[in-house]
Amino acid sequence: MHLDQVDLDATYRVCVVNAPKGAPQIKGQLEDIGFLPGEQVTLLRKGLIKKGPYLVRVGASTFALRQSEARLIEVELVPHG
Amino acid sequence: MAESTVHFFPSEPMVALLGNPNCGKTALFNLLTGSRQKVANYSGVTVERKEGRLSLASGKNIRILDLPGAYSLYPRSLDERVTCNVLLGRAEGEKRPDLVLCILSAMNLRRNLRLVLAAKRLGLPCVVVLNMLDIAKRQGLQIDTAALSQELGLPVITSVGIQSDGADQIKTFLSDLDWRNLNNLRTGTADATLENVASHIAHAESDNVQVQRILQNLGLDQIIPDQFSDRLDSVLLHPVFGPIILVALLFCIFQAVFSWAVLPMELIKAATEFIGTQISEILPNTWVRSLLINGILAGLGGVVIFLPQILILFFFILLLEESGYLPRAAYLLDRVMGSVGLSGRSFIPLLSSFACAIPGIMATRSISNARDRMVTILIAPMMTCSARLPVYALLISAFIPEQKLWAKIDLQGLVLFLLYLAGIFGAMAVAWILQRFTSEQFRMNALMMELPSYHLPRLGNLAISLWQRAEIFLRRVGGIILIMTVALWALSSFPLPPAGATQSSIQYSFAGMIGQTLAHVFSPIGFNWEISIALVPGMAAREVVVSSLATVYALSSSSADAAKALVPLISSTWSLATALSLLAWFVFAPQCLSTIAAVKRETGGWKIPIIMLSYLFGLAYIASFITYRIAIFFGLG
Repeated sequence: MHLDQVDLDATYRVCVVNAPKGAPQIKGQLEDIGFLPGEQVTLLRKGLIKKGPYLVRVGASTFALRQSEARLIEVELVPHG
Repeated sequence: MAESTVHFFPSEPMVALLGNPNCGKTALFNLLTGSRQKVANYSGVTVERKEGRLSLASGKNIRILDLPGAYSLYPRSLDERVTCNVLLGRAEGEKRPDLVLCILSAMNLRRNLRLVLAAKRLGLPCVVVLNMLDIAKRQGLQIDTAALSQELGLPVITSVGIQSDGADQIKTFLSDLDWRNLNNLRTGTADATLENVASHIAHAESDNVQVQRILQNLGLDQIIPDQFSDRLDSVLLHPVFGPIILVALLFCIFQAVFSWAVLPMELIKAATEFIGTQISEILPNTWVRSLLINGILAGLGGVVIFLPQILILFFFILLLEESGYLPRAAYLLDRVMGSVGLSGRSFIPLLSSFACAIPGIMATRSISNARDRMVTILIAPMMTCSARLPVYALLISAFIPEQKLWAKIDLQGLVLFLLYLAGIFGAMAVAWILQRFTSEQFRMNALMMELPSYHLPRLGNLAISLWQRAEIFLRRVGGIILIMTVALWALSSFPLPPAGATQSSIQYSFAGMIGQTLAHVFSPIGFNWEISIALVPGMAAREVVVSSLATVYALSSSSADAAKALVPLISSTWSLATALSLLAWFVFAPQCLSTIAAVKRETGGWKIPIIMLSYLFGLAYIASFITYRIAIFFGLG
């Protein structure tokens, strides 16, 4: 599952970050700010008026991401309990 | 023989502060150094360099360098490159630090610890400072500093960046340190090389595993959300209320800029007039007195008077920045910015440009996408900088009646707000047009902007930043203005009128000649020759236009009464159409030479500055022409 398709306010775990075609440096940038395998992520807000930036909690920090950036992050659901 | 530069550095040890953005590093730096700070640029680049001095209890003096915030030691932005180069001892004209203080936010250990692991590899003596411990404790986070120190193999000191005694542990530690033998703080294998892509990826993964292990060992691997910030965000980032609150906030700021500044401005005006009267009583009526009163005093007085407004604007921008709201505003505006092909990241540089385009253009370094950065630089001068405020303020108070509209809104304030809006819409139009000329492959732009936790701004930090920015602004402006006003005074005074001249002396001077030539170019947009003269020195710095007008009018008025206020003078001699045209001119006006210099330095060539100059000139002329013709049509000529 990709981070742009997940449910709001549920806890997920990062599996892998893909490098986009034409801009491979974005993968590294995402990893630097904390999107690393095993890290907890939560989608807090899916944009302002549909297409606006996504609000994502990764680890203890909050980031605003574009949909194109969120799409690069593959996640899996963390089961409750 | 190859020439090599030898740098001499002060003998005091240099301590560098390294940390993620938003870890409270600058607040700690302020606590350590207080007002003993020096703000400059790193050699060759326009990255702000902050250095301060600290006298230790042991009597030793040390230098403290506040490095630009970095997420990793793999340089992705200009800021991070500077940080890496300084740490590796490669930055031109910089001494390699003797000691690195790694500032950790206790609230975000996982990301911060990765930077510590990277810093350890540099082979520099390192000490870990665990900051924001107060917030962590309040949220029920217990951090065993001894265990953390054991895991990292480095000493761990704690600090609270928002308490006045919060840095005392650091001071004690530095005071007790044996500066001649720092080797026991050195853990890495001194392989001081920049990480390449492959090694960075390898390190990122192994560091991540190590950080997870450390956090697990310390029992800190659960995530405690900042509920206070989350609750505030549910209102401030609300899809409907968020933007409304933002617009209301910006509107209030501009109202405050205009109304709070009234009293200090009147005081400065009274003081200038008093000095002028004193000088004319002491000195005989010669060219020296004329230079002092009509050149220097009129010029400086006309600009210093607007300092209160500039400071109020800076104050609000700093307040928003310190509280953590500024990136939220960028988040809210990302949608709007995206519609013209920019990202929310461009918002902060553009907002800074309201104070001055130069810090704004310098702030574009945080935009990682090269195209976005270039477009932001190109449109930054259209944001109404504080240097334009004097011109706006003069024209508004001369031509817009002082009356209250409904709901006690000031008409003058409203016109000012509309002028700001005109600049913003002009800039957006240009960005939108530029987007049409960009090929698809460059449009992939990153946002990736951190929204830090909210915190109450500390007055001390605000005061230090405000003082630094005011000082930079005054230093930049002061020198140019003095030179320009004196040069203009000379142009306006010489050559002297022939004996038996019937008109005022400035008509015969060089300035009169230049103004009359330029007036041909500017007459279609309603500018008279006095304005035309004032626009020439206005190229050096926009705010000079006001003092130039003062000089031109003071010298050309038959009574030679310099103290005569400019406002009644221009409101009686200019038509409303001319005033509106000049206002429109200044919305887009070609920017000051310092801005051009900053753009050249940031873009590394003359291409962008020349494009900028010509398109702004064209835009200003067209805008003024349309405004003037419409005003004439409605009978305001």
